[in-house]
Amino acid sequence: MTATRADVCALAIAECFRGDGERLCNPIGNLPLIGGRLAAATFEPGLALTDGFYTLLDNVPPVGMSEEVRLASRTVAHWNPYREMFSLLWQGRRHVMMGATQVDRYGNQNIAAIGDWHQPTRQLLGFRGAPGNTINHTTSYWVPNHSPRVFVESVDVVCGVGYDRAAALGPVASRFHEVRRVVSNLAVFDFEATDADGVPTLRLRSVHPGVTVDEVVAATGCEVVVPDDVPTSPEPSAEQVAEIERLDPKGLRHQEVPEP
Amino acid sequence: MPGPDKTCTIDEAVGELRSGMTIGIGGWGSRRKPRAIVRAILRSDLTDLTVVTYGGPDVGLLCRAGKARKIVSGFVSLDSIPLEPHYQAARQNGTVEAMELDEGMLLLGLQAAAWRVPFLPTRAGLGSDVPVVMPELQTVRSPYATVLPDGTEEFEELMAVPALHLDAAFVHQHRADRSGNAAWLGEDPFMDDLFVRAADKAFVTCEQVVDTEDLLAECDVTHLRISRLDVTGVVHTPHGAHFTECPPDYGRDEAFQKRYAATAKSDEAWDEFRAEFLDLDEDGYQAKVAELRAGGAS
Repeated sequence: MTATRADVCALAIAECFRGDGERLCNPIGNLPLIGGRLAAATFEPGLALTDGFYTLLDNVPPVGMSEEVRLASRTVAHWNPYREMFSLLWQGRRHVMMGATQVDRYGNQNIAAIGDWHQPTRQLLGFRGAPGNTINHTTSYWVPNHSPRVFVESVDVVCGVGYDRAAALGPVASRFHEVRRVVSNLAVFDFEATDADGVPTLRLRSVHPGVTVDEVVAATGCEVVVPDDVPTSPEPSAEQVAEIERLDPKGLRHQEVPEP
Repeated sequence: MPGPDKTCTIDEAVGELRSGMTIGIGGWGSRRKPRAIVRAILRSDLTDLTVVTYGGPDVGLLCRAGKARKIVSGFVSLDSIPLEPHYQAARQNGTVEAMELDEGMLLLGLQAAAWRVPFLPTRAGLGSDVPVVMPELQTVRSPYATVLPDGTEEFEELMAVPALHLDAAFVHQHRADRSGNAAWLGEDPFMDDLFVRAADKAFVTCEQVVDTEDLLAECDVTHLRISRLDVTGVVHTPHGAHFTECPPDYGRDEAFQKRYAATAKSDEAWDEFRAEFLDLDEDGYQAKVAELRAGGAS
């Protein structure tokens, strides 16, 4: 079996959770779910997963199942209604991967609205849990459609808190803040570079096989630190591809990230 | 000793409301919404309502029908359709005010009101645009020093989520007795118990009214989340959450939800939907929906 771009993305997402140990791995969206479950099923067995709704699981079932099959194939380990999720995330033992309509070089994320929040040109989801998530525990982002409209100079509404905002809060208020990675359909970014003031900023960590650094930079509308030597994102092994297939038998990942 | 009989009609419950009131609506997104009440508010003369909720099609309908002045929410979504089209339009046209909180902040605002304290502190919201675009949301300094492992000491500044006091609250439960003790089935109580406790007057709509001794027939004691102490009225509204989901009694009517969402496309589409489904009383609405279901269209 050869790896597709979507498979590479799944592994890149899985790698975000490496080292998390016994934490709630809470990716949102199909490819993030596949990636998170790949991590839990292979190299990070201490991770806990949600069933997408109101329980935490003790097994690693596939995504995209009918409601009947979803309920039948889960091993429930914990009751996790929304109020319990807030309690858990305020405690901090969680790593969430959210989407981002916009994200900037400091990792500020917008899912609320485009334009002026007071009367937006396009109303989106609202803040949802992004402010609380980002100030309380580790967050990563998934961008399936890498473009200069997503990676922007500055986001219209700060929902998820970035490193410049966290720095302004000071070391005590921001002590639980960590934006770890941004994974897109083209590349992987981290925040292991800093600006002139020492604030962590977006750095190109790897480009997916078949993608050039120039392509990524051209598709990125904000400043990004490009190291001299940018590695290629690893391709999943045959065993990992088989596991991805098991987790996504319907191939939902290919709808989200088609072959280039 | 049985509690007092508080059963009433939908119109009697809605009759307790006045224009300009702040009302809370239970459920979450397009899940277990007291829709029979929302439909009755649409038929009333009420206006200028402030609506506090984890928003779904309740918010969309109240915005589209001009009943809401302000929406206080953590999000507004139809779940399987991520964006609520009528709320979206109202926000973009500037016809409704909004307070959009972090989801957890909304929980704390309700909890503060339920506990009769003016605010509750949280880290959620700090550093985000929540307090920037809504400067009425203030912070509070901890009177206790936080000491970090490196010896740093600071009196932390936290968000002070204001109590979201409700003039009235409406929640939909699976089972209730005649005095307002209620049982939720399914897997999440949502924040319904906080809504009723945060309100001056609270109304429970339910799938079935049962005798108190039968409240535990389908669940254990942990599902008896709402007490008659917090409840003003009980309304029997079978299938009353339609088209939102109310498992295990019924799932979401996705076909109907799609039909509803499509009414944002034009005034004609809305007028048609309104005439067909909303200008009817609850019995008429349910008969119409049953007809659709029998015809396989819904």
